[in-house]
Amino acid sequence: MTTLSPELIATHQLTEAEYNKIVQILGREPSYTELGIFSVMWSEHCSYKSSRLHLKKLPTRGRYVVQGPGENAGIVDIGGGYVAAFKIESHNHPSFIEPFQGAATGVGGILRDIFTMGARPIAVMDALRFGPLDDPANGARNRRILEGVVAGIAHYGNCFGVPTVGGECVFEACYNGNPLINVFALGVAKSDEIFYAKAAGLGNPVIYVGAKTGRDGIHGASMASAEFTEESKQKRPNVQVGDPFLEKLLLEACLEAMQTGAIVGIQDMGAAGLTCSTCEMGSRGETGIEIELDRVPQRETGLTAYEIMLSESQERMLLVAEKGREEEVFRVFRKWGLDAVAVGQVTGDGLLRVRHHGEIVAEIPNQPLADSAPLYDRPHTLPLRTAPMEAPAFSSSNLTHDLETLLASGDVCSKRWIWQQYDYQVRTNTLAGPAVADAAILRVKETGAALAMALDGNARYCYLAPREGTKLMVAECCRNLAVVGAEPVGATNNLNFGNPERPEIMAQLVESIEGMADACRFLDVPITGGNVSLYNETLGEGIWPTPVVGVLGLLKTGAPVGVHFRQAGRPVMLVGGLGDCDPVRFGGTQYAKAVLRNLWGLPPALDLEHEKRVQAAVREMVLAGLAESAHDLSDGGFAVALAECSFGAQSVGAEVELTSDLGPELLLFHEAPSRVLLSTSEPERVKEIAARHGVEAPRIGVTVQGQVVIRNRGAALLQANVDSLRKVFEGGLESKLRA
Amino acid sequence: MKFGVVVFPGSNCDHDAWYAVRENLGQEAEFIWHDSARLGDVDAVVLPGGFSYGDYLRCGAIAKFSPVMQAVKRFAADGGLVLGICNGFQILVEAGLLPGALVRNAGLKFVCREVRLRTETTDSPFTAAGNVGQVLRVPIAHGEGCYVADERTLDELEAENRVVFRYLDNPNGSARDIAGVLNPARNVMGMMPHPERASDPLMGSTDGLLIFRSMVSALAHA
Repeated sequence: MTTLSPELIATHQLTEAEYNKIVQILGREPSYTELGIFSVMWSEHCSYKSSRLHLKKLPTRGRYVVQGPGENAGIVDIGGGYVAAFKIESHNHPSFIEPFQGAATGVGGILRDIFTMGARPIAVMDALRFGPLDDPANGARNRRILEGVVAGIAHYGNCFGVPTVGGECVFEACYNGNPLINVFALGVAKSDEIFYAKAAGLGNPVIYVGAKTGRDGIHGASMASAEFTEESKQKRPNVQVGDPFLEKLLLEACLEAMQTGAIVGIQDMGAAGLTCSTCEMGSRGETGIEIELDRVPQRETGLTAYEIMLSESQERMLLVAEKGREEEVFRVFRKWGLDAVAVGQVTGDGLLRVRHHGEIVAEIPNQPLADSAPLYDRPHTLPLRTAPMEAPAFSSSNLTHDLETLLASGDVCSKRWIWQQYDYQVRTNTLAGPAVADAAILRVKETGAALAMALDGNARYCYLAPREGTKLMVAECCRNLAVVGAEPVGATNNLNFGNPERPEIMAQLVESIEGMADACRFLDVPITGGNVSLYNETLGEGIWPTPVVGVLGLLKTGAPVGVHFRQAGRPVMLVGGLGDCDPVRFGGTQYAKAVLRNLWGLPPALDLEHEKRVQAAVREMVLAGLAESAHDLSDGGFAVALAECSFGAQSVGAEVELTSDLGPELLLFHEAPSRVLLSTSEPERVKEIAARHGVEAPRIGVTVQGQVVIRNRGAALLQANVDSLRKVFEGGLESKLRA
Repeated sequence: MKFGVVVFPGSNCDHDAWYAVRENLGQEAEFIWHDSARLGDVDAVVLPGGFSYGDYLRCGAIAKFSPVMQAVKRFAADGGLVLGICNGFQILVEAGLLPGALVRNAGLKFVCREVRLRTETTDSPFTAAGNVGQVLRVPIAHGEGCYVADERTLDELEAENRVVFRYLDNPNGSARDIAGVLNPARNVMGMMPHPERASDPLMGSTDGLLIFRSMVSALAHA
């Protein structure tokens, strides 16, 4: 056996204490292969060692929840004998190194998490963060990363046959060296046909299916658990290459094989590949697993045991079948032209035993390997922030011009250039795809019901105040569902942060999780799973705290209520009222960012109690069929929302008259939450519902053809032609890509 | 009427076509597996959209060798109605059942959006229920949908009234705005847009049903 030098242990990113724990578990020094196995299983990416303690604070139970965190995906009951499986996952580090394949395999990984559970994927959404496209130093690289990431997502999702129905895309300098690619996927299964990742039944065969194993992606999980340095580009070989066609075959074959009734448990080989799938299935089933690496289908010759165990080659699954019924499973995989090989069996000794060339190369107790990873209560102080609290003096010379600046800005402008590259309609379930409504809506043909979903994140708010920022983000995401009439039933989160070993970064993570827990509990949306991505730092520069949440809601199938005004002459109502703001609470807005190019103060104030009432009121209005259009106020505040409502095919705008004592910049562009713009032909009924919920809903104006006009107490603030605003809005992203 | 929907391993609009025929058109539909040498007792064949065998080579280049395509060729030669949608259109041109080729979009990117199609001929079993000049709103979703052919072929297609649909807002650089064409016998049609995605009122347009309804009435009168 090789002697393991301290240097070798250090390059595996294991601390001395962690190594000693390994020796204690094994009762001896680990072999080289065992060292590799421990290092990936105990990496931050696989073990959540810095976040686990705090993730426990999140609410995970609810009346719709069938499966909470801990499985490949969360599951909620959607009625009619069906469930929805959904989860979000990041592929940040690989996408920086190799944008196209990094993003493509990110999609592949989350899709496998869904169909591993027996659910057919029916939708994908993505939350993307890049450095500014016009950044003087990094613009060219940021554009290249954006183009590669979008092409990668399109390549994988379009070929696999899952619609990419929405998402969000934000640009900040903190993502210059560290883009974020978070992909959400949703699938549907029959309630009594859910599959779990458990190995059970002594002597049952362990079957390897799908792509052959190669040298790609070795130590991907560990790479995703470290900061980037100048040398990181040399890690390109650690990024895997995706094959969406093979994944499509794997999907069909797995779902068909599940129908045979011969499958006991199944798990995809994602991060940490064969290592993770074997020991986690064994640990969950409280069994042992014995595998023979010579039987593993291999793409190249001369692979070592270490390489086979740590490879992250894509499109592979591990399943446990009933002994004696292997042939039924093999027959299905043969039909789809896929490798399916029995590589081992379930044992009763609780050990992961790996043989190669007739020798035992690893023998590790499953339970401690999978579940006894070190758990750190990392010190945390005050969250990092360098922005001032005081607002600078500002005064606009042209509010219409300011609105155009906002509409053209990267965060607010139309993302058509991105989503038009995605097939958002395949499977013909998309009732509301990108840019139609505040949430994406998919019908479930099997039950006649529909599902709504939205993704939200706001790192600006979270940087200024992680706890409040995260609450605002959860509130907005739920509001997006309320606006289309859906009831939120569950959520998944992606926590993208910097280096948790820095107390001021750890504090961001802790406060964000606690804020999320409070908001989710208050709004009654349990978290059913998700992903934590730490060490998002390059050359010591960390990203801003960027939690992202995806919320799933239920609603009846029907024509969706979109954001666009549909006809002129309709009353316009502002449910939730004008809201309030002061200069300090204005510092995290898009106006501060795009027009003033500044950041200060605090995020908008949130009253969760009021928010909940607004959401209930809007949901009731929409379900009663009173809303011809509905759109929540978020990035860019009132003026931007009003302009967005006008960008429908008929260019119907609005003329509104406000009554407020706020200065014009604040009045038009502040981002106080809990507000929804609605056009209706029945204003009295809208008012009646609002009053019943204790919510303001002033009638502020009327829709008109082709114009956006805003006055305050009779004084004109802003007047613009819809089509000229639209031109700025639609051209924003492409003009930056051409830069 | 019974529509047979061919399933290649990488077909991903197969279920959509099946659903449109069954639920929106109210006709029978069944799947035909790609290595099947027989089509069974179907009245018409749909080659659906997707990525037949991955299409890492040229779209449809491998599919033309599949057993099912030999059966489709015989079916077409006997006068059977064959509709190729998107990847199905690509396969039909690769298989030589339709002229021309489909190459990378002029914009070099995958494009998913609704387009407007002008109906150029109603002298076909796929459009007989419509009017010449009728504009249909139907979505496209493809990366390689730019129709090309040599000038003589294009002239011939026009002279023989075999261009079925033209784009009003050409999204992919197709020669002469061509979105769909017929074979000389007029019983095989390929089109890049997806009529099955425009067959359900909930999906925003039902203009695609015109094609399926035309096929049903052509079969009823056959």
